[in-house]
Amino acid sequence: MTKLLRGAFVIGRRDFSATVLSKTFLFFLLGPLFPLLFGAVFGGIGASVASSRQKPVVAVVASQADFERLDAARGRLATAIDDEHVIRLTRFAPEADPNAQRGHLLASKDPPVQAVLMGFPDRPQLTGAIRPDGTTAGQLRLMLADAEGDSQAEAALAVDHTDVSIANTSRDLALTGQAAQTALFFFTLLLSTMLLSQLVEEKSNKIIEVVAAAVPIESLFVGKLFAMLAASVLGLIVWISAGAAVLASFKGLGALPTPEIGWPTFLALVIAYFGMNYLILGALFLTIGAQASTVREVQTLSMPVTFGQVLIFGFAATAVGAPNSGIALAAAIFPFSSPLTMVARAAQGPDLWQHVIALAWQALWVAIILKLGSSLFRKTVLKSGPRTKWWRFSRT
Amino acid sequence: MSTGPAVEAVDLVKDFGATRAVNGVSLSVPSGSIYGLLGPNGAGKTTTIRMLLGIIDPSSGSRRVLGRDRPLEAAQEIGYLPEERGLYPAMYAREAIAFMGALRGLPLREARRRADVLLKEHNLGDWAKKPIRTLSKGMAQTVQLLGTIIHKPRLIVLDEPFSGLDAINQAKLEELIRREARAGATIIFSTHVIAHAERLCERVAIIAKGKVAFDGRVDEARARLRPIVRLTTRERDGPWRSALPAASRTEGNHFVFELPESGPEPLLKALIDGGAGIEALAIERPGLHDAFVAIAGESAAAEMAREKPQ
Repeated sequence: MTKLLRGAFVIGRRDFSATVLSKTFLFFLLGPLFPLLFGAVFGGIGASVASSRQKPVVAVVASQADFERLDAARGRLATAIDDEHVIRLTRFAPEADPNAQRGHLLASKDPPVQAVLMGFPDRPQLTGAIRPDGTTAGQLRLMLADAEGDSQAEAALAVDHTDVSIANTSRDLALTGQAAQTALFFFTLLLSTMLLSQLVEEKSNKIIEVVAAAVPIESLFVGKLFAMLAASVLGLIVWISAGAAVLASFKGLGALPTPEIGWPTFLALVIAYFGMNYLILGALFLTIGAQASTVREVQTLSMPVTFGQVLIFGFAATAVGAPNSGIALAAAIFPFSSPLTMVARAAQGPDLWQHVIALAWQALWVAIILKLGSSLFRKTVLKSGPRTKWWRFSRT
Repeated sequence: MSTGPAVEAVDLVKDFGATRAVNGVSLSVPSGSIYGLLGPNGAGKTTTIRMLLGIIDPSSGSRRVLGRDRPLEAAQEIGYLPEERGLYPAMYAREAIAFMGALRGLPLREARRRADVLLKEHNLGDWAKKPIRTLSKGMAQTVQLLGTIIHKPRLIVLDEPFSGLDAINQAKLEELIRREARAGATIIFSTHVIAHAERLCERVAIIAKGKVAFDGRVDEARARLRPIVRLTTRERDGPWRSALPAASRTEGNHFVFELPESGPEPLLKALIDGGAGIEALAIERPGLHDAFVAIAGESAAAEMAREKPQ
């Protein structure tokens, strides 16, 4: 193990220096602009899924007749402005203990309850993490006045602000998860082609034999993978610094809803999942790229690899809106989509144990892919052992 | 210096699919010797070397290198110059040598220090901070060779090291090999040019068609053949002709034949007594090439002859 790591360090150090000190690294730093656009387009998939399934509602505790009057007022408001932008109302029958019912409803996620309206029509009171002068309260005042037959006046509405964040609805948390997922996707997309071509230099310059005689082949794979991770982290620091400057010009992180586990833990998980996403896909791309002998072969491979990444991203994105669905579970277990799925999940749930398991699972797959990749490399490139028939076929 | 063999191989076999590249190679390389692997291209020399170094695993058989069954465990004590030379074109010469040293376990700072010393010793000091791609082929080859020995290995394996070098650089390389051997290193090199092996090696293995046809001292290989007698006489015929072997090659009054087992004295006596009129007589010790022809066969020798001499 010591020899493996020592060899990996020597190779990684050379690769890192060769990458970062080359003029082309500047272009690498400019690279995120393109995948950013790409990621934003496909990131909309998850958002649309989330928005269609998990619209937050205002829970109205009232009799059926009172609710119908209020709902009719909502309908009239929706004809004036787009229905998509009008708050949604759901009726709940009054229970014996109003306080208990209010607490229960505010904790509900199915449907996700943004606020609770009680006391309509006599003394309407809205409870939730909403601002008294915000859109939700403003729309409700218009509906209440309309329902009371006085559309010219603004109805009295007492608003109780609770500590429960308005952002803590599934939809809003999904937004945070989606943002993290998109960021991870395009950062990794940037690196895939670079990883594909990592071993071409050694093979075309015949250096591979010098290396293979000195250190285990696994060292070559691990060294190259972590050198590119280090280079990408360097790029990440530049991009995050630039991104922070942009965010500071607008709304900052406050523009995104606070994850349930809090920003520090969430950001730590984002970094961990970035590393795992990079390492898993990187190990795979390194393995695929190691089979290529020329730059032309790498170029041929890069397109299917890019589409493969998009498919994986699409798969993980479908899980954003429904984190507990079967497809979300499958996306979390499938090693290549697991980091992207879990980073979105980190924004939507408070449980940390699932991330410990996921990171261990992903680390296991990094090791498995590296081992398989180096074995395949030995067989097909160094010709140590029987040749793999499909590869012999493809090279003829 | 250890007295045991630096490298031992027993019945190494390597199959590439249906093709058997190496077919039961066994050899023993004494510590501190210069050992040549001779054979035409495709004989299995490079594959044998790759198996000895652990780059590829044998299909069957075993090898033991510097006392270890797994060659990679001894990697820090081995230097290897592959047949297909390889360097990073953008790397500085000094960094390329240091990189190879670091791969073999040297700390980078020490590797750079040694690289500077070696480059100056070989009159390449001015090229230390030039990219490899700006060096001539000979210079680049020297840089790779220096990277092979930077960590002062106990075993140096050179696969066709003279390939691509001009006569001056070949002589320099021969001197470097002798110097490393004098310093106690075991040197194994493969070549298809027998002259290099004849000048450098104490022991050789002759490999043909994936098999070791001979493994032993160079003089043992030569001793397999009888000395050659080249005789020129005044007379073309006479009773003295009966003293010449039946398999003599004759051109007029020139005769070439193997020295009879009875030795030179009875032959000379018969020639003089028979009135042959000796004009010239030379008894030549057979060269390694003759031994190679005799051991590996005419077809292997013909193949070697077809290859471009260095």
